[in-house]
Amino acid sequence: MDLVTNLAHGFGVALSLQNLGLCFVGCMVGTLIGVLPGVGPVATIAMLLPITFGLPPVGALIMLAGIYYGAQYGGSTTAILVNIPGEATSVVTTLDGHQMAKQGRAGIALGVAAIGSFFAGCVATVFIAALAQPLTKLAQLFGPAEYFSLMVMGLVFSTVLARGSIFKAILMVLLGLLLATVGTDLETGQERMTLGIQSLSDGIDFAPLAMGIFGFSEIVKNLENPEARDVVRNKIGRLLPGWEDIKQSIMPVLRGTFIGGLLGILPGSGAVLGPFASYAIEKKVAKDPSRFGKGAIEGVAGPESANNAGAQTSFIPLLTLGIPPNAVMALMVGAMTIHGIIPGPQVMTKNPDLFWGMIASMWIGNLMLVIINLPMVGMWVKLLKVPYRMMFPAIGIFCCIGIYSINNASEDVLFTAFFGFVGYVLLKFGFEPAPMLLGFVLGKLMEEKLRQALILSRGSFTTFIERPVSLGLLILAVVILLLALLPSFSKQREEVFTE
Amino acid sequence: MNRMLTAVAALLSLSIAPALAQNYPTKSVTMIVPFAAGGPTDIIARIVNEHMSRVIGQQIIVENVAGAGGTTGIARAAAATPDGYTIMMGHMGTHGAAPALYPNLKYNPATDFAPIGLAAGTPILIVARKTLPAKDLKEFIAWAKAEGEKANHAYAGVGSVSHITGVLLNSVLGTKPTMIPYTGTGPALNDMISGQVDYMTDQIVNVVAQVRGGNIKAYAIALPERSPALPDVPTTKELGLDYQVSAWNAIFAPKGTPPAVVAKLADALDKALDDQKTKDRLLELGGVIPDKAGRTPEALQKLVESELARWTPVLKAAMAAGKK
Repeated sequence: MDLVTNLAHGFGVALSLQNLGLCFVGCMVGTLIGVLPGVGPVATIAMLLPITFGLPPVGALIMLAGIYYGAQYGGSTTAILVNIPGEATSVVTTLDGHQMAKQGRAGIALGVAAIGSFFAGCVATVFIAALAQPLTKLAQLFGPAEYFSLMVMGLVFSTVLARGSIFKAILMVLLGLLLATVGTDLETGQERMTLGIQSLSDGIDFAPLAMGIFGFSEIVKNLENPEARDVVRNKIGRLLPGWEDIKQSIMPVLRGTFIGGLLGILPGSGAVLGPFASYAIEKKVAKDPSRFGKGAIEGVAGPESANNAGAQTSFIPLLTLGIPPNAVMALMVGAMTIHGIIPGPQVMTKNPDLFWGMIASMWIGNLMLVIINLPMVGMWVKLLKVPYRMMFPAIGIFCCIGIYSINNASEDVLFTAFFGFVGYVLLKFGFEPAPMLLGFVLGKLMEEKLRQALILSRGSFTTFIERPVSLGLLILAVVILLLALLPSFSKQREEVFTE
Repeated sequence: MNRMLTAVAALLSLSIAPALAQNYPTKSVTMIVPFAAGGPTDIIARIVNEHMSRVIGQQIIVENVAGAGGTTGIARAAAATPDGYTIMMGHMGTHGAAPALYPNLKYNPATDFAPIGLAAGTPILIVARKTLPAKDLKEFIAWAKAEGEKANHAYAGVGSVSHITGVLLNSVLGTKPTMIPYTGTGPALNDMISGQVDYMTDQIVNVVAQVRGGNIKAYAIALPERSPALPDVPTTKELGLDYQVSAWNAIFAPKGTPPAVVAKLADALDKALDDQKTKDRLLELGGVIPDKAGRTPEALQKLVESELARWTPVLKAAMAAGKK
């Protein structure tokens, strides 16, 4: 009953003309920056912060939130069309999404991504409204030891991501972990593997690495054989998913929403793990896992739902506790503080307008996004028809602008070029970049949590199996690993038999 | 004729430099904030800038250049053309603690800048997990001394305000707890709320909501007077602990900025800090606004020098102890 009155109050706030307008502007800007490779929500929200000074706090936050989850929608567009993940959460989408585009099914991939995201967004919003408080307790269960075990589980997922050799995938994960150790040591403040380059003192940024290894190397690869590119241009099939596609996507969307929403609550890289976990599950339950990596629609539907659900539920720690789980949420804290609302456990009771208004606006925003995005699918797909000699410089320029805007540092652009070269070499030798990015994303947090857990336990490794949640996660990781390895053993046997 | 031209040229060249400073500013001014957007220093910069922009008649735009405890951004700003169009928001870390923490620091806080003025400070609180048995500061000190290495002290990474002020607290108390490093105040607070770590020191704006909400407890505020933001929390002065510290934020220009420009900016800062709306916003954060005498460029220069003298020995001792 309380929930209904609270939600009604929230909709009352969110449906005012001004807030509707701000929500729309936020979603629109978010979609655009999501589509532009490189320009992320962090840089955009930081740039727009001064503009929100003149707005009432609720409206300002509704708009900023719209930018964040709007960017999640838009991010999948570039991942599918040009194989560039704008955000860590859309790395997985490139695997099957871009393959679908190559087969002339770009429209279907985009459509399923939008519909899946819409569904996930709606469910996650209800989730937040009804269960925000008890879910906060879940996040509290996670200390350093639990996080470390969660990351271990995440790394196990990476073996599932591999399209080719599992051995090569493991090597790439290790390379990713290694790259994550570049930068200042957490405890001593010493610089590690920075080669004396000052801009490396805080480590390698995700964006230059991802843009370089995916985007730039993809461009170089396409320049190598322009004919292959033209094939993509000529094969553009239907624009929106048909009934058959929808039917195939229903279960992945449901599973993705659940797993993404759950992981999204966890501070740190929780939201990043969602799409990876969803992809791993889909590949496991699929009747024919070999279709994955070659344009399986489930590989788009599941992870896309997971990342949008995670984007919504990552608001939970911010709204209920006042603790930001990621860089975007830290900016939201800043935005609230500038408006005189210090986020904390009392926001819900002291500023019900803000709390319930924002939740209601998320639902409205998701509806707006699907309305904005579905008609645009046709337009995006037409982009593929643009001759490559025009498209490639444009992508290159947008990437550079985006990368520069993150830290206002020209070194980052040079790093991107360097990683582009590395990515091309890796491609030539048949190494896939996705497992490396997962290793990189998890590596930083993994090292940090490992060290914190070990300092807290005064060096005793048993802390990871003494704590029940941590033990459970580790057991789960072992099970997944066994499941992943077993079929490859049996397959080998089959191959032996067929010979 | 020639001679006249030279004379005119000479006259012109004499008059041009001051004229440029007189007209300042003719375009927008960039303020480098050496931390990520949304943090305490960034928020203070944006609040103060809003009114300062109105006074000088040009927009002051914040550019966030984060990295290496703020020293990346300050190093870049220090090397900028000293024309008043690039200024920066420094703080106790970048202009007080940095030389002790970063041996390869590219600037000297005392000599490489033209100080403009102190903007606002945020007081430091001593906070702990709510399940910690100590009821007040006295019991806490006894607890910390009895626990020794068994106490878990959280901080937000090398060079952060919580690190610097935490090291100072431990040196005042004479205790050597186990230090647990985090990558920011948020994750550290999260683990404190769930009871994984025991205590930390941090800026009031970062912890006030958690203290009010009863998720963590505050033993003392390191100020001479109680803060209106948390009137129930006693001061270290009342309790007789020699621990007075606040995270100050101040505006600097690169060395060589024309004095007329510095004066104009100092005046704008002074007016901003007198503006009621700006004041209210800073007070809401629990901020401390410097009095008239404390806002001048001269006062800031003195502050930087005294802070350097204060932090260098404490931090060098702590860093040396950590390496063993």
